[in-house]
Amino acid sequence: MLLATRVVFVRAMRLSLRNPTWIVIGLTQPILYLALFGPLLRKMNQLPGFPPGSWWQVFVPGLLIQLGIFGALFVGFGLVAEYRAGVIEQMRVTPAPRMALLLGRVLRDVIVLVVQALVLTVAAVVFGMRAPIVGVVVAFVLVALLGAACASVSYAVALITKSEDVLAPLLNTVAVPVLLLSGILLPMSLAPGWLRTLSEINPFSHVVDGIRSLFRGDFGSADTMWGLIVGAIIVALGLIFGARTFQRESA
Amino acid sequence: MITARGLARTYRTRRGTVEAVRGVDLDVDAGEIVGFLGPNGAGKTTTLRMLSTLIAPTAGEATVAGCDLRTDPVGVRRHIGYVAQSGSTAPEATIGEELVDHALLYGISKSTATARGRELIDQLDLRGLWERQTKTLSGGQRRRLDVAMGLINGARLIFLDEPTTGLDPQARANLWEHVRRLRGDLGATVFLTTHYLDEADALCDRILVIDDGQIVATGTPEELKRRISGDLITLTVADPATAPAAAQVATGRSSGGDSASVETDASTVRFRVDNGARALPALLRDLTAAGVDLDGVEVRRPSLDDVFLTLTGRTLRDDIPA
Repeated sequence: MLLATRVVFVRAMRLSLRNPTWIVIGLTQPILYLALFGPLLRKMNQLPGFPPGSWWQVFVPGLLIQLGIFGALFVGFGLVAEYRAGVIEQMRVTPAPRMALLLGRVLRDVIVLVVQALVLTVAAVVFGMRAPIVGVVVAFVLVALLGAACASVSYAVALITKSEDVLAPLLNTVAVPVLLLSGILLPMSLAPGWLRTLSEINPFSHVVDGIRSLFRGDFGSADTMWGLIVGAIIVALGLIFGARTFQRESA
Repeated sequence: MITARGLARTYRTRRGTVEAVRGVDLDVDAGEIVGFLGPNGAGKTTTLRMLSTLIAPTAGEATVAGCDLRTDPVGVRRHIGYVAQSGSTAPEATIGEELVDHALLYGISKSTATARGRELIDQLDLRGLWERQTKTLSGGQRRRLDVAMGLINGARLIFLDEPTTGLDPQARANLWEHVRRLRGDLGATVFLTTHYLDEADALCDRILVIDDGQIVATGTPEELKRRISGDLITLTVADPATAPAAAQVATGRSSGGDSASVETDASTVRFRVDNGARALPALLRDLTAAGVDLDGVEVRRPSLDDVFLTLTGRTLRDDIPA
């Protein structure tokens, strides 16, 4: 299992590095947000309802989640291409555990994600962000796990649909409302009551709040607790869904 | 090597259920090259994918390479090589990477995998392409790489799904040679699907003809040809006036035994006999006795085309997309 996971991981990583366009694009976008959208928020923290902490501590966690969800949700496109080339079938005919075929790829995505998150955070520090190191590390773990969950959901959906034409609208339909309702760009504490209620139904908003309070150093706060709990549930559900889909022979 | 009983697979689609394979029984002995012959959509690939554990049968059971298909699919996977119909490698990866990675998934060590992979690409005329990305290969080269992928684990039972579709004649001949060597050198058992009659004829010890999800005939290429159509004899008479006399002799000798099974036009008489080579001496004697002078005699063994037409009422070519 571990051996096969490593083979799949090394192979996926090697192919990603050979054509790193998507890694670079995935990395440039949050930095563009940081440089071109961040300055607009500079005075926002004087508004009533803005969460405590510097605007960096509010904004950068949002970008990290965006990176984790959006980047990982779209990895399924690569799997559709692999399926079409016959690579998936060729792997499924070997005795390698089906879980390994999923985990190796997810591991690649998580490592790409962590590197991107690291670059983003270092850039933010250069821009002037200050945050407690423990909080950032815990936040990173959470983002990495969230990315793993989103990636395995994306692979599972790709394996079921086997078509970019179905995958693209499906992912966008899900990802955009989830993103808007999670208060990633602007905190939901600024939202009118109905919008805030909607956002509270969205599990990802709790993870965003949790990571924000981690970046502030409020380790014992309810936000942190809920963020970790909801994050763990999302991760568990995502990985189970992915694993089950890969296990099912007809997919 | 393979025993299957009542293997069946139905698909559920929006329009209802499709019975892709309806109860296939088959036995393949070690060291045989067995061909699964049938038009597109007959159930060849579905059966092959069931036997190689890629899809589960909806009914029936099978033992493949000594392992039960349902209870020990991992055991089956360990003992078979599989060459898919539509490619097996990533365009960005190199030949060497794909072969070695595939071998590693079987638990083969990296050094063994590299040695075996290099040997295979030499044998399959891909020498010197180890470092090449697969997207730069020609269609024929890529197909041979697919075959190498299927052989990398050194399995004694190899499934080939339409191995030569899309290859030029020279590449086909080369691949046939390699398939024969698999059996000759390694003692491997080969189970292949094809919709080319000449391929089944040239390569296989035994042919299973499948149509509409069921096996409609089995036998050696020779048996199938003999059993179903008989040899076609064409007599060309020197004097058209003697054609009716020739036809009368032919009627007595033909496998049909009546005048309806003999075709006559101006100076030729055509009819089928069970074994042309054996029938000829007596036939010629009778014709001489009847005062018929011949310009020519032709004996043609039936092609598998004829066989397929007789068995299914359709020609294979109708089903091959342009």
